[in-house]
Amino acid sequence: MEAIRSQSELESYRKKVTAKRDPKRRIVSVCTGTGCKAYKCDSLAASLQQEVEKAGLEKKVEIVATGCHGFCERGALMVIYPDEIFYQKVRPELAADIVQKTLSKGEIIDELLYVDPVSGEKIVKETDIPFYKHQQQELLHMGRLIDPRKIDDYIAHGGYRALAKVLFELKPEEVIDQITRSGLRGRGGGGFPAGVKWRTCREAEGDKHYLICNADEGDPGAYMDRSLLEGNPHSVIEGMLIGAFAIGSDQGYVYVRNEYPLAVSNLRTALDQARVLGLLGEKILGTEFSFDIKIVRGGGAFVCGESTALMASLEGYVGEPRSKYVHTVEHGLYNKPTNLNNVETWANVPLIIERGVDWFTAIGTGDVSKNPWGGSKGTKIFSLVGKVRNTGLVEVPMGTSLRQIVFDIGGGVPEGRVFKAVQTGGPSGGCLPASMLDQPVDFDVLTKAGSMMGSGGMIVMDDRTCMVDIARYFTKFLVDESCGKCVPCREGNRRMLEILERVCRGEAALADLDQLERLAQAMTRGSLCALGTTAPNPVLSTLKYFRDEYHAHIEERRCPAATCRALITYTINEKCNGCTLCARACPQKAISGEKKQLHLIDQKKCDRCGVCYQTCKFDAIDVA
Amino acid sequence: MLNLDINGRRVSARRGTMLLAAIREAGFDVPTLCHHEVLEPYGACRLCLVEVRRPGRKAGRIVTSCSYPVEAGLLVETDTPAVRETRREVLDLLLARAPNASRVRELAAECGLYRSSYPPDQNRDNCILCNLCVRICAKLGFNAISAAGRGPKREIQPPLGEPPADCVGCGSCARICPTDNISLVERAGKRRIWERDFEMVRCKQCGKAYITREYLASRLGQSGLPESHFETCDECSRAALAKTMFAHLVPSEKGDAA
Repeated sequence: MEAIRSQSELESYRKKVTAKRDPKRRIVSVCTGTGCKAYKCDSLAASLQQEVEKAGLEKKVEIVATGCHGFCERGALMVIYPDEIFYQKVRPELAADIVQKTLSKGEIIDELLYVDPVSGEKIVKETDIPFYKHQQQELLHMGRLIDPRKIDDYIAHGGYRALAKVLFELKPEEVIDQITRSGLRGRGGGGFPAGVKWRTCREAEGDKHYLICNADEGDPGAYMDRSLLEGNPHSVIEGMLIGAFAIGSDQGYVYVRNEYPLAVSNLRTALDQARVLGLLGEKILGTEFSFDIKIVRGGGAFVCGESTALMASLEGYVGEPRSKYVHTVEHGLYNKPTNLNNVETWANVPLIIERGVDWFTAIGTGDVSKNPWGGSKGTKIFSLVGKVRNTGLVEVPMGTSLRQIVFDIGGGVPEGRVFKAVQTGGPSGGCLPASMLDQPVDFDVLTKAGSMMGSGGMIVMDDRTCMVDIARYFTKFLVDESCGKCVPCREGNRRMLEILERVCRGEAALADLDQLERLAQAMTRGSLCALGTTAPNPVLSTLKYFRDEYHAHIEERRCPAATCRALITYTINEKCNGCTLCARACPQKAISGEKKQLHLIDQKKCDRCGVCYQTCKFDAIDVA
Repeated sequence: MLNLDINGRRVSARRGTMLLAAIREAGFDVPTLCHHEVLEPYGACRLCLVEVRRPGRKAGRIVTSCSYPVEAGLLVETDTPAVRETRREVLDLLLARAPNASRVRELAAECGLYRSSYPPDQNRDNCILCNLCVRICAKLGFNAISAAGRGPKREIQPPLGEPPADCVGCGSCARICPTDNISLVERAGKRRIWERDFEMVRCKQCGKAYITREYLASRLGQSGLPESHFETCDECSRAALAKTMFAHLVPSEKGDAA
């Protein structure tokens, strides 16, 4: 294959690619993201291909093995376009059925349809499913239509057009101006305006400027960046190319977790294919602009998502943040000006260039025309998990309310339980109560509420979640992930954990809450990096919104959510019909009773694991 | 040179110097545990916190003065309530970690803290993880020890916790340690540090065992000076140098006799 050497050559290449494809063909998009891999999506895609060939449909039907579709709990997923027939929980054995019935005869297979848990209705079309209907997928959309391992797919959908526009029609300053005016803010958590950062980096003195894509997504349960890299790596590469041209850089790095093997592999393929086509490397698209990207794999330390720690790790040192008030845009990687943005931020760039600043600023909150901090523009991807019916990746416009995300898209809390809180922003985010559900989700509102956007983790909690226990859980995570360099974070987090553990055991005094608050303030003010300064958020936000739960633990020695083991007792009520299920399940052998007789729990033996509660089918176990 | 304001006093400082130096130069005191003049700022102990405010800005912020470069017009305060409270909390944490470290106790006492609010760590040594030992060792080019482990499990140790192969027994780590936590024992012409024994070389003049064989070899290699330069201990070398330099001032023995 020959390199593409101009804007017009790129367009003719695009025409050549699309000309080979029948516009009337049906596309079967099979999710081959990491989640669906667990459901053997690879062999599903292969079987579908075989069956299509067997049926002689290969000219009319194209099987596309795509990246993540987002609705992971329903995997394996597939969608048939243009009809948008959505099949969920598909097994490879059903490939023949799907081809014979749906693709040959147009029959819908009922068992594979999605059933709305709220209305109980079966839904055929993907866009009618509430989980998708209320989203606005700009970044994730293309990932469902293309095979990330085929650059031609990306190009056929308009890929690298923004790059060509930038290289042939714009000056670097004009690119920076557009990004600034778009109000694009960093999706990694800080929310710093990308255009302002780019300009500072461009103007910083140095013989070499570096670009970094932060793909060290460390928040437990969050996988927005992984999915973008897996499903549409070229969008990230194109974003970085545009950034490199604007900033004046010839070397970029993608720092990605080693735990993301599929993302690494798809990205590597994408980089290789872009180099072959002359879209990466020397003299890109025949111009004087040269830029290349290296992949660096991180060992998975949470703290390496912090930019200075990431750069230390990239240089081969221990991933620890450094105490410097000189910004990395001036003295970053190898002490050279370095511009770091995360995966999602880079992926936004080609869209802004291609569709225009006005398109981008029409989405979101506030006014960024005078001040890039004046609002939150564009969409944001969240990873919606926890006690919510529909879990998965959700892309919504900035400013969408928490209620819309949790209830309209997420379908609310399952099993008749009640919503209690949602934690945003990863382990060092805050827990927001039901009274905050109507708050619009944007950088500034979340920060003001005592939480943060973070990179977009969103964990829903129901009334069986103890908020003290949640604060304890996240603090434990941060104790383990603190690098240990500075005193407030290393010592403060573990002391915070000690106090929270005492509260959970019912051994704390009210004075301990004052101590917690004093310590939290000192950590916020005194820690070296953002890990330490935001670490008290789970504690402070639960103290602010759920203080009564702390008081119940301390003053009444009671856990209102019946979670903290030291403070609860399990008893059997008269609904027990003596089915013996609980007695057999109890690992402590603490339950006795004859068949068809009321059972009894020996409180001395019981270690309050809750297995009986989960096993009982007759609602006969009480916990208090 | 640029001008800034420290505790209401106008001070000038050279561009590129850190606030801590300017503050101490101006005669104010800010405590530190992980700072040393010959080493790069590290910013781990968080005791040298000060409040800074740029002119025209309403809100100030708390920064570590050891690593914050001086800025023209910057307003610096070293003793605000926020600074005092934060420093006190940090010392409270350190006091629980190293309750027997005298330097920590002194600094804590200066904030009126005599006992930590937290249960003191049992069975822990006096190490406060300031990393001075690791940094001085690296600065000297040996890199024999490092910080290993993460979070509360962090500790200073030689690679794999074994007697360090790259250590030359110079003892700089033990001397720089603010809590005297690194054991250095000398007996019968031998030095023991990091559980490794070093043979000492004796001074040709006074006979004192004054340098380890390995450190001597390293200094010979690094300095390019003749071997004879290192035959005597520092004290004797200094005395000899003084004698030659000031020889003309000392009346010669011959002259005395005459």
